[in-house]
Amino acid sequence: MNPRTKTADARASRRDVLRGAAAATAAQWPLPAIAQSIPRVVVVGGGFGGASCARALRDSGASVSVTLVEARRVYTAPPLSNAVLGGLRPLAAQQFGYDKIAAAGVTVAHAAATAIDSPTRSVTLATGDKLSYDRLVLAPGIDLRFDTLPGYSEAVAAELPHAWTADGAQIELLQRQIESMDDGGLVAITVPANPARCPPGPYERASMIAYYLKNKKPRSKLVIIDAKEEFTMQSLFQNAWTALYPGMIEWAPPSKGGDIASIDVAKHEIDTDFDTYKFAVANVIPPQRAAKITALAGVADRTGWCPIDPVTFESLQQKNIHVIGDAAIAGAMPKSAFAASVEGKLCADAIIRLIGGKTPAASKLISNCYSLVGRDYAISTTGVYQPVSGEYVEVEGAGGVSPLAAPAAFRAEEAKLADAWFRTNTREIFG
Amino acid sequence: MPPLVAACSGCHPANGGDPMLPRLTGRNAGEIVAAMKAFRTGSRPATVMDRIAKGFTDGEIEAIAAWYAAQR
Repeated sequence: MNPRTKTADARASRRDVLRGAAAATAAQWPLPAIAQSIPRVVVVGGGFGGASCARALRDSGASVSVTLVEARRVYTAPPLSNAVLGGLRPLAAQQFGYDKIAAAGVTVAHAAATAIDSPTRSVTLATGDKLSYDRLVLAPGIDLRFDTLPGYSEAVAAELPHAWTADGAQIELLQRQIESMDDGGLVAITVPANPARCPPGPYERASMIAYYLKNKKPRSKLVIIDAKEEFTMQSLFQNAWTALYPGMIEWAPPSKGGDIASIDVAKHEIDTDFDTYKFAVANVIPPQRAAKITALAGVADRTGWCPIDPVTFESLQQKNIHVIGDAAIAGAMPKSAFAASVEGKLCADAIIRLIGGKTPAASKLISNCYSLVGRDYAISTTGVYQPVSGEYVEVEGAGGVSPLAAPAAFRAEEAKLADAWFRTNTREIFG
Repeated sequence: MPPLVAACSGCHPANGGDPMLPRLTGRNAGEIVAAMKAFRTGSRPATVMDRIAKGFTDGEIEAIAAWYAAQR
């Protein structure tokens, strides 16, 4: 008798189990084929959420089979990748493979998931293979909505990079363009409204590009064309820009720059309602939604994101499918790698309890995100969250952002902590 | 790993760790509890732990500390 059948039915007393497992099974469980198989968990998406979940499922020691579906063989981690643009970090420091995850006992399938059939509980891969699951975890991250900005498209992204997915080639493209532009040129960054992946990310990116420009092309300027009238850690960022990169960064919210009317790749122009920006380099970060596989699975709602039970991360739309990370609607929690990694662990714990017939435990969760604004200068935003009435809300009195006034040593300490978190969490997941 | 500890483990993992981030595994539970309470009141200076500690109750801090203390 495998460990699952001991806990699968609360009606079976321990004495029954000890006395005559085979006879008791035949008498009490009408579905021996299910009772005797090892439960199968399939995780789609090998980023901070999915890889963390697969690893936690395996490390739990529970009798489950774990398959991780991820098309990429090399994952380019987005956190700290803006430092690559600043010249402060090699791209290789962002890249991880799946060998250690496989060595830990996770079956890694390097193929895209192309369809999910929830009634028969099966995932179809691009190879044509089908994987059956008892529980499915979707951690596919975001898709960029290329159709929302006139003049922009997936094809245009080969010239005007978004560099907003776990794709090293896009970051390298943006880096090459910044390195080869003339001194005195304009770098334009367009920023979408929330919800979007990593809310402070575009402003960290502006800071890191400004760091590079100040050192190498000091007559250049940078404009942030924002769809929002305010942004996270705004005062901290703007104070730092004034101190570190005076006169270099212009922030243009809708009230000052207007909405983006069109992007002209041939003329190198972005038109807004009020202005035309003639750019040397444009980094276009489009609006986003949960990756397409969530729509195919029937777990995305009309907002484009996936409603979940915050205790189990199970979809509110499909049984036995859990959604974690950026694709999920996680209430007040930001779409951060830090949060996704914790969600992966909590989801793994909930799945093991559900499989074992136990009640999943509600838990608090932390998101703690650092943004680099210069060399040895980082700021952070922190929150503690808990499920209340079906959604994550912030625990009152906790969390917040770095102090507005702080000595240089404090900013340097946060930069070191950013590095240390990245090393620790990626070692735990990929190492 | 209990769910509550999962929240902490991105920086304070069960195994290994980083010189910048204090290792909690195997540490005396009373020390961890005292540090968290000091972060919470602000009597111990911090960069981010003051903001995090304020989100946890005495009971939660004690449970987290007990789990780390019991690991080897």
